[in-house]
Amino acid sequence: MQEFLQYLFSGVTNGAIYAVIALGFTMLYNATGLINFAQGEFVMLGALSMITLWKGLQLPLPAAFLLTVAVVALVGLLLERLAIRTVRKPHPIVLVIITIGASILLRGIAMLVWGKDAHSAPSFSRLAPIEIAGATLLPQSLWILGVVLAIVIGLQIFHRKTMTGKAMEACAISKRAASLLGIPSERMVLLAFALSAGMGSIGGVLIAPITMSSYDMGMMLGLKGFCAAMLGGLGSSWGAVFGGMMLGILEAMAVGFFSSDLRDAVAFFVLLLILYARPSGLLGVKAVQRF
Amino acid sequence: MRKLKYGFFLLVIMAAGLGITNSYYLQLLTFIGINTLLALGLNMLMGYAGQISLGHAAFYGLGAYTTAILTTALNWSPWLALPAAIVLVSLVAFLVALPMLKLSGYYLGMGTLGFGMITFILIRQWSTVTGGDSGLVGVPSLALGPLSLASGKAYFYLVWVVVLISFIVCERLVDSRVGRALRAIHDGEQVAAAMGIDTSRLKIGVFVLSAIFASVAGFLYVHLVSFISPNSCDFLVSVRLVTMVVIGGMASIWGSLLGASLLTILPESLHVFSDYEMIVYGLILMIIMIFLPQGLTRGLLDLYERSAAVYPRKVKSREPADE
Repeated sequence: MQEFLQYLFSGVTNGAIYAVIALGFTMLYNATGLINFAQGEFVMLGALSMITLWKGLQLPLPAAFLLTVAVVALVGLLLERLAIRTVRKPHPIVLVIITIGASILLRGIAMLVWGKDAHSAPSFSRLAPIEIAGATLLPQSLWILGVVLAIVIGLQIFHRKTMTGKAMEACAISKRAASLLGIPSERMVLLAFALSAGMGSIGGVLIAPITMSSYDMGMMLGLKGFCAAMLGGLGSSWGAVFGGMMLGILEAMAVGFFSSDLRDAVAFFVLLLILYARPSGLLGVKAVQRF
Repeated sequence: MRKLKYGFFLLVIMAAGLGITNSYYLQLLTFIGINTLLALGLNMLMGYAGQISLGHAAFYGLGAYTTAILTTALNWSPWLALPAAIVLVSLVAFLVALPMLKLSGYYLGMGTLGFGMITFILIRQWSTVTGGDSGLVGVPSLALGPLSLASGKAYFYLVWVVVLISFIVCERLVDSRVGRALRAIHDGEQVAAAMGIDTSRLKIGVFVLSAIFASVAGFLYVHLVSFISPNSCDFLVSVRLVTMVVIGGMASIWGSLLGASLLTILPESLHVFSDYEMIVYGLILMIIMIFLPQGLTRGLLDLYERSAAVYPRKVKSREPADE
């Protein structure tokens, strides 16, 4: 029981991070119908920038957090403006290759800037671990869960209550109809890219204190985030959270009860299974029939 | 005309084999041949059928590891290990393709990426059989009866004859009914299906074919360097393969040769390349896809034709990217 609870805590913590990454995929997919293969690199950039700004430059925590998100959102903006919008033939295979190219490029740049070594950051608060029924819960986990909850609620408010959020949803339903109504759809796409990159960087900021961060962490996290998004149903925010949690818990249980070698394989088996059996995801209602 | 082309190609191979005595250059050319095989196989999948694979290094690695394990641990003859590797890889490719090719576009990309990662992880973790991170050493070199193929020159001929054969196979395939059907799938899968093409069978077929090419390349590679490690099949290798296809030009058989040559020679000629490798690949992929989505060969030809206005420009109408 105690063991189970311990694995559950670690699973939920990791799951929350997968959920944030999945939300980044979902956000962009909803607004543009695009899957960004460089999403994981935003997480990596978030984690490494946070370490540099907070640990290296000794900025206060909130300032480092905001600055990191802003910088990575800017990278996302540049990616849309310089690479995605200039494409003449927006065929999926072309966009996949471009975002893969962007991912390799960002990874290469990160390797030059931060080197090949792994870095770590201290946790956000210096509180002692909490003990619940013999299992320990790190305060960082609470931080992570709190931030993820805040993001999900913030996204709901953004989509339901603000004009920009509604406009973005309109673009997702039909770009042409939205622009006929006077919605600047190009600006919405740009905004979606910045938001989804920012979301990825928040995932990175949150993960920095609980794992070692290095230039090559992005691909794995991006894939897991995508897996979480697919698991819950691509396009649904709650689905992303649900999928992230599911994946995190499954992974933790596989590591705990079988072997730590399995950790990374779990996500891919789940991904292949879900792609095969139910591409619309566990919570998704609309069938995935894009392209 | 076509026979003339192949004859000329063979002549060039002979001339290169006779003329080049420097063993370093011979080995470089051999590597180009192996990479051409890989690029050619992937090009059949990406260029002609329009299906992306971001995990192709897995088939290369599986082919190499199968023959390496069979010939070292079990002392099989390489010529028995080759069909075994091909059968195993085609079986794996078939099983992977069965669910995967129901997907397309982004989902196929993610699925194949995941498959490549799983294979890489399994090869690394299953260290009792694969040697883990340190890999396998002492893979025997090839021999044809009494004729040893251990020398650089013999191996060079072997690889390039295989390349020539695959060129002939691919060109014939592309010009056949199957090739036309593949291109129809590329242009519009539903239309192709409506024309009576069994799209899923063809897609699975071309996926397996390209995996077989990769496994043969893996076989040739591992018996040349007599060593294999997980690094030979990690994600960056898959990206390198996609880059070769993209540079050479999708749906261009001879473009595969160009792409493979460029990406084999470039890292060799730039010694500082290793640290910048990822940046260079990333930029190449993005720039070519943005400006010359047809690849270097086709793209430059198009530019030439447009400026010379020799042929009337083909106008392709395209629906706006809205659903």
